[in-house]
Amino acid sequence: MTLIETVENPFKPKAARIVRHYDLIKDHRFFQIRHIDMAKAMSFSYNPGQFIMLSIPGVGECPFSISSTPSRPGILELGVRRVGKLTESLFQKRDNEVVYIRGPYGNGFKLDKMVDKDLIIVAGGLGVIPLRSILYYALDNRDQFKRVFFLYGARTPNEFLFKTEFFQLKNRKDIECLYTVDKSDAEWPHATGVVTKLFKNLPEIDPSETTAVVVGPPVMYKFVIDEFLKLKIPKNLIQLSLERRMKCGIGKCGHCAIEHLYTCMDGPVFTYWDTLHFRELI
Amino acid sequence: MRILKMQSKFLDVFLESLNKFGNLYGPTYKNKVLSYDRLANISDLVLTDEHPMIPIKKLFHPMKFTMLHFNEMGFTPDYSTIEKRVILGVHPCEIHSLLILDSVFMREPMDPYYAQLRQNSAIIGFSCLPTENSLCFSTDTDIVEEGFDLFFVNLGEYFLVWVGSSLGHDMIYEREEFFDKNVTHDDIQEYVEWRQKKNKMFKKSFEFDSMPDIMELSYESEIWEEFAKICLSCGQCSMVCPTCNCYSVTDVFDVTNEQIGRRDRNWDSCMYVDYSLVAGGHNFRASRGNRLKLWYGHKLKTFGKDYGRPGCVGCGRCVDSCPVDINVLTISEALTTKEVPEK
Repeated sequence: MTLIETVENPFKPKAARIVRHYDLIKDHRFFQIRHIDMAKAMSFSYNPGQFIMLSIPGVGECPFSISSTPSRPGILELGVRRVGKLTESLFQKRDNEVVYIRGPYGNGFKLDKMVDKDLIIVAGGLGVIPLRSILYYALDNRDQFKRVFFLYGARTPNEFLFKTEFFQLKNRKDIECLYTVDKSDAEWPHATGVVTKLFKNLPEIDPSETTAVVVGPPVMYKFVIDEFLKLKIPKNLIQLSLERRMKCGIGKCGHCAIEHLYTCMDGPVFTYWDTLHFRELI
Repeated sequence: MRILKMQSKFLDVFLESLNKFGNLYGPTYKNKVLSYDRLANISDLVLTDEHPMIPIKKLFHPMKFTMLHFNEMGFTPDYSTIEKRVILGVHPCEIHSLLILDSVFMREPMDPYYAQLRQNSAIIGFSCLPTENSLCFSTDTDIVEEGFDLFFVNLGEYFLVWVGSSLGHDMIYEREEFFDKNVTHDDIQEYVEWRQKKNKMFKKSFEFDSMPDIMELSYESEIWEEFAKICLSCGQCSMVCPTCNCYSVTDVFDVTNEQIGRRDRNWDSCMYVDYSLVAGGHNFRASRGNRLKLWYGHKLKTFGKDYGRPGCVGCGRCVDSCPVDINVLTISEALTTKEVPEK
């Protein structure tokens, strides 16, 4: 009882203010939050692909992918779907209200394997939320990457997230953006069909000089990875991020176990090669 | 390691004197069930070969406790469970289980609740002889070399006492008059005979060493479906397993207030259907067979990338407890022989 007050408690979340929010699409909201402690806000460092645990006292705590890039420090961005008790409560919050966060957790994308190579980012649905972090990281550090390709597929034009931002990116010459929806409408200016159909629009790539990342709904991984393999991208240079139930974020509660690994510590980013050794997966 | 000799007649007095180092805990009968608990008197301590129904993890990873309190100002940790304790009568498999739990809870970032309970508790180990379902000879956890402050081996007239830590040394020093430094050749002989006798007493065994390979090879085996058909998903195996550490976290408001409340931790089990359920309704382990594979994977194949050994310590509690006879014995036997045992 004496030594205790000095111990750092990794479960104690810190206060953060919602500085801005807006709806992306129906039931999907974008939040910008900032640690109330300014020094903490500025020193909070993370990698693309990591996540935080967000608490609302009395409601609970859940993991959320970080959607912002560490190359723009100070503010953390989240994309949240209204889907359960905690997110319902989060959607009631207004700007300047306080939530509690701890983290960052997880390994994040293996940037050291990605620099000086072509980068193919493939997002499906909500998977674009964590990938937006690596996308902007690559653009903010454009000289560290060779060609950058961003492929994003949503179900319908109404479910396409970050539409304004991503449509603007099409104007940039230093990134090739390919967008598709499964079911289009009259106004949709881009491709129609599943995301794997976009691969035929890629120019020729050199598989020894290319890395790929993919995040999407469980059903999508197999098909996208098949396309990467057709391009002969090495299995250990294909990265994917997995979702699991989590209660702690730091390898204690057991919920996110995949065989002997913890998604929260050993993941959530795994290479395709890693996942070949798992018996249960996506 | 230092080994001393103590005549059995001194045992109670010595153990009682340890309350100087903390509150005494140990196996005791509570509603006729053997259970680790605070000892009001040393006479309440029950030193027996039987295991308490709930393993020692409950003293370090309590079944339910408050981690944090919250109010309008934020969260504050609750460390009220932490006290100086001396835990008596701890069997070797239990000590092994704590070493395994250490590798989960004490790895960075440390769990401050478990770590502080550990750091403030002395472990006074006691030898035991195999009971009906003991499997510790198979899992190589029947003896301990570390993880205790003192360890008593009962040789009838006297105990051989292993001194495992600096704190253990201090405890001996307090009542030096009880201990004899002179361990004779006859004593050694008696110890050797005791071990030989013990080793022959095991009624059950299984192929623990080959299980990692067999588990790997049997991942797709239809045997799992046979067990899945009878499993009740009751989670008893997790409650009684000394190395099951999974927990859930729940926020609770105070009855009278919408601002103030607490964040509780309570034991969970991967046998429960919602264990791997995420928001939106996707369940990564909806099938009972997959949940059984995860549980037995951790016990018999690998438990944690960095932890080395599988989690089973051979205490036999799953054999005692499972109402439909799914346990490390029946699983390993079925995977090895392809026969699901008849009840």
